[in-house]
Amino acid sequence: MQQRPAAATRQSTIERKDLHRLFEVLRARGYTVMGPVARDGAIVWDELSTPDELPAGWTDEQEAGRYRLVRSDGPALFDWTVGPASPKASLHPAAVTLLNARREGPALRLLECVPQPTRLAFFGLRACELAAIAVQDRVLLGGTPTDPVYRARREGALLIAVQCGRAGRTCFCASMGTGPEVRSGHDLVLTELLEDGRHLFVAEAASERGGEILAELPATDTTAAESGAVQAAVARATAGMGRTLETEGLPALLARNPEHPHWDVTAARCLACGNCTSVCPTCFCVTTEDFTDLAAGLSRRVRRWDSCFSVDFTYIHGGNVRSSSRSRYRQWLTHKLGSWHEQFGSSGCVGCGRCITWCPAGIDITEEARALRQDQRGKEGSRGNA
Amino acid sequence: MAAPRKPRLAVIKFASCDGCQLSILDCEDELLAVAGAVEIANFPEASRAVLRGPYDLTLVEGSITTPHDAERIHAVRRDSKVLVSIGACATAGGIQALRNFAEVGSWVPLVYPTPDWIQTLKTSTPISHHVKVDYELQGCPVNKHQLLEVVLAFISGRRPFLPSHAVCMDCKRRGVVCLTVARGEACLGPVTRTGCGALCPSYGRGCFGCFGPLRGSANTGSLSAVLQGHGHSHEELMRLFRTFTCGAEAFRKASELHEHDASESHERP
Repeated sequence: MQQRPAAATRQSTIERKDLHRLFEVLRARGYTVMGPVARDGAIVWDELSTPDELPAGWTDEQEAGRYRLVRSDGPALFDWTVGPASPKASLHPAAVTLLNARREGPALRLLECVPQPTRLAFFGLRACELAAIAVQDRVLLGGTPTDPVYRARREGALLIAVQCGRAGRTCFCASMGTGPEVRSGHDLVLTELLEDGRHLFVAEAASERGGEILAELPATDTTAAESGAVQAAVARATAGMGRTLETEGLPALLARNPEHPHWDVTAARCLACGNCTSVCPTCFCVTTEDFTDLAAGLSRRVRRWDSCFSVDFTYIHGGNVRSSSRSRYRQWLTHKLGSWHEQFGSSGCVGCGRCITWCPAGIDITEEARALRQDQRGKEGSRGNA
Repeated sequence: MAAPRKPRLAVIKFASCDGCQLSILDCEDELLAVAGAVEIANFPEASRAVLRGPYDLTLVEGSITTPHDAERIHAVRRDSKVLVSIGACATAGGIQALRNFAEVGSWVPLVYPTPDWIQTLKTSTPISHHVKVDYELQGCPVNKHQLLEVVLAFISGRRPFLPSHAVCMDCKRRGVVCLTVARGEACLGPVTRTGCGALCPSYGRGCFGCFGPLRGSANTGSLSAVLQGHGHSHEELMRLFRTFTCGAEAFRKASELHEHDASESHERP
């Protein structure tokens, strides 16, 4: 088959051995490439210099409160579902210095830290992660004022998705309407195929930039068989969802049940450790801390990820508003699945399943919503019979 | 016009290893600035010149383990405008609170040739069990940045900023993969207050709980069930809860439950 530059809007096929060209093209355009690596027993995001650093031959097993990275057969680079980290750590960093202040005689001089624009290319985003970035766009850039830290990182970001060919036991993006098929928000989408001893990526551009990059790669026309295999991969992932969440009428259901007895059941298990909010790719809450450097005469204000699960999150004069873990868990779940709609125009949940896998106690957001709904149905049923 | 009087600092030791006092000396770069901002009136680990009280800020290290110290802490309190207890010993009784789980009288003859000369209490207790404490700084040892924060906040007349979230959030902020979820390892991070920046997990070792239980919400029962689910025995979990902060109520209760269940499982054939 003769090689030709790929057209911007059609599918084209890239050989695994030519993937390094993509990295070279990205670097030539000034991008730092962020992608998945296998490290410390999980798939995490890191800076990549070559595709050889991608997690070849690794897959994962996930359940509520349990994750194992395991060897898989074959050379697949993307035979895993999302790990604990997400692009949130790069776009909405865990810690960032907001300002420095120096005492100069009787005056205090503020030295503002202007966020520096970055050019990050995220390689290997899943559909749920694109959806999460879209949620954070609405939260952090959708209103006034916008968040300058996020803006500086987000505006220069290039989003390259890789579609899932399998789903994990805690995945439920199909329920949330966010995946597994990559539909929007990306510049370029790839699907990994291992067919007849060949290792291919079927690529399709979704933006002008994506098209320009794809045009620089050695590619062939995608065959009908390859296109069919892409459809089959997505269908396989859709069929393999380990969890489901019924979203119909959920915000109203949650709003009706602030005193539901099931909150106590969950509170007995909840560690209030904040793992769920930390791994959630849409949770955005931050706190600020001030540090004094006596020797240098400097004060520094740092913004850090916070969590509605820490006791002092709701501290106001006189005490903490949400002193029990029951009230904190209820706040998180009802915001994520309920009042988020009213506030930001969508659910705050993208169905990635991270909060289920990485909760040490294995609290399952889909089971929690189901328990509240089941009991509600029971109640309505008995009311109907009365 | 005379310069304003510098606040007088005292560092007083009770039953402890001196490690927290060394954390003060470990402040290196900022130590001279601190020494310039306060008058170090009583700090034997740093200076032989000991000035009498009263003191504006007293940092108290160590727990109360002898009748003499149980008296002395009241004198320290009377001499101190602001009293901050520092470290696991002063805030929870320290590793020496292991005596609280046993009969001290049976150990003394094993250690001392003349047991009659030893006057000791049956328990090791935190400073707050004896006198009013203005702030508590947890940790074994305390974190030097938190220690500086307390001193600097005092100098500048503001409240110290001491975060209260779980160690887990530090792991996640640093990108440390969860040892319990990904490897099934025993870790006290979910019930332990931050302060160390997730030091042990970042080196692949589960949290020892040096900074003590989360204030108000340490759900040790749930964590115990989780860790048992990963195959950890009652005996192992009893020891996990019973180290440097074994005297803190939430960890004491958890270790006693595991001790009870461990002995029951031994009794079974």
